[in-house]
Amino acid sequence: MNQFPTRIGVFAVVGLSAALLGGCEFGPKQTTQTGHRGTGMDQIVAVNYRAKQAAIPPEPYPLPPDGGPTAAESYQNVKVLGNVSKERFDHLMAEMSQWVAPETEGCNYCHNPENLASDEKYTKVVARRMLQMTQTINAQWSPHVKQTGVTCYTCHRGQPVPANKWAMADAMPASMSILGNKRGQNSPSPEVGFTSLPYDPFTQFLVVPQQIRVAGSDPFPQPNHVVSIKDTEMTYALMMHMSSALGVNCTFCHNTQSFRAWNLSTPPRGTAYYGIRMVRDINETYLASLQNVFPNNRKGPHGDVYKVNCTTCHQGVSKPLGGVSMIAQAPALKGPTLAPAAAASPVTAAAATDAVAAEQTPLGEPAVMTAQQ
Amino acid sequence: MALLSFERKYRVRGGTLIGGDLFDFWVGPFYVGFFGVTTAIFASLGTALIFYAASLGRTWNPWLISIAPPDISYGLGFAPLREGGFWQVITICAIGAFVSWALREVEICRKLGIGYHVPFAYGFAIFAYVSLVVIRPVLLGAWGFGFPYGIFSHLDWVSNTGYQYLHFHYNPAHMLAVSFFFTTGGALAFHGALVLSSVNPAPGEAVKSPEYEDAFFRDSIGYSIGTLGIHRLGLFLALSAGFWSAVCIIISGPLWTRGWPEWWTWWLNLPIWS
Repeated sequence: MNQFPTRIGVFAVVGLSAALLGGCEFGPKQTTQTGHRGTGMDQIVAVNYRAKQAAIPPEPYPLPPDGGPTAAESYQNVKVLGNVSKERFDHLMAEMSQWVAPETEGCNYCHNPENLASDEKYTKVVARRMLQMTQTINAQWSPHVKQTGVTCYTCHRGQPVPANKWAMADAMPASMSILGNKRGQNSPSPEVGFTSLPYDPFTQFLVVPQQIRVAGSDPFPQPNHVVSIKDTEMTYALMMHMSSALGVNCTFCHNTQSFRAWNLSTPPRGTAYYGIRMVRDINETYLASLQNVFPNNRKGPHGDVYKVNCTTCHQGVSKPLGGVSMIAQAPALKGPTLAPAAAASPVTAAAATDAVAAEQTPLGEPAVMTAQQ
Repeated sequence: MALLSFERKYRVRGGTLIGGDLFDFWVGPFYVGFFGVTTAIFASLGTALIFYAASLGRTWNPWLISIAPPDISYGLGFAPLREGGFWQVITICAIGAFVSWALREVEICRKLGIGYHVPFAYGFAIFAYVSLVVIRPVLLGAWGFGFPYGIFSHLDWVSNTGYQYLHFHYNPAHMLAVSFFFTTGGALAFHGALVLSSVNPAPGEAVKSPEYEDAFFRDSIGYSIGTLGIHRLGLFLALSAGFWSAVCIIISGPLWTRGWPEWWTWWLNLPIWS
């Protein structure tokens, strides 16, 4: 027997095995059970490969005590934070400079150094709207952000434009040809977990309040509940996005015996339910309102403003910034209407959001909402 | 059961692995042997435990009975009987019964002086089961990763475990296993059809020989693997199906924790086009 082919064979097997194992995640795994034993509801995370924990920046200086003259009394053209004490207003400005503005520009990124009250820079107008947004998130979306709350840093991470954002995807070719037209799918986009699913589920679900209602109430087809394969895939694409954004799998929220049934789902599904609506509120009420403020280089290929999705805050972890709350060092961002009791009861808190999202489907108990066809 | 007159001459003494002559006898048509006894003990005990554990459950509906493994928090230790301990003992009984059965097949092969192909093939089925309830749980550090013993509940487990990787059809080993399962079915159907076609000629004609079978495939696809070769191919296809099934679940968790679609980014990142 000639040895040469044998050697080639051995090299081929060893080389192929090494190549295959090269795609593996080695090292310790962290496991969590999310359902009753034996249901297969668990999370397995390769610790060495998970998203790196973001560093929490140190405070520019310790938070000054409340009291003294207000910002409105001390400065001109303060429209959102007028009731905050001057000392704390200054502290928040220093924080915003650290969290958002480029290091080289600091205060001047938003302000005219000759006249700090001037609104001549678009960035200042945007920042004011973002302050209102942050206050709304903290005050009225506590069913999603809980008592952890959010600050500018949750999304911005020291960047003037958050790293994770989206705008409407590239237009399809206008030609009627079926060649070269992927119909917005079949491109392995990281936005949808590298699947062949449609890669822009955001326009449909995170701006337009389209409901995610694929599963019916009955195992058999229902004439009054028909969802196309296309719509189903769009929903699936959004779910892939949520999984990727949070670094979790489907069973973090769902028992796949029924994706629809709330009594089989885990508590995080309720949090995610409010999160989807919170993101719509952010995109519709706040970011869309800045359409005429942003210059063209801050807009997507279709000229729409950049918007947020789950990755904007979460960045690969189920709790943004690993669940570290920075709200205590920026109390002005809590917003004027924060009621601590609201978070204890999602229903109460959801009722509070009704006022804000009046055009949206009224929020209530998620299970009740899903029961509606 | 009837015993054909010529079968007696194959009932030869010896070939046992354990027990010498002690269990070297037949009961009706069945060879017993030491491993026949252990198979009976493990299978009876395991089945009795399934019934007892089911009696402690909420239902006698055969579809819904489920005997679940312990919580993950028990790790690789023993759990109380009613909190997964029954599952652990039943698993030991099942593996004991399956391995005993394979070794009984080995003893029969030794008696007959034939190869060990049948126990070898059956060993792949045992390997697939052991992958699910021992190898993967041990690699992940908890018996709780085994599947529950119940008709609907094990399907729910498969569904949830699949969705942990977002889309299990992108699992490369799962792809291979599914392909081999289909190919096995196809090959078996072609083989069965070919044999039946030769032995069912037109009325009045003689049964056709294997040369006709070979000629059929040479005419249709230019090649016939042959009468012996088709059985080698069939064994290879079927064992590959079971083997890659076992691999596809062993790697899910111990060697990959994200969505399977993401695994294929190595292809997208090849320096040829990236």
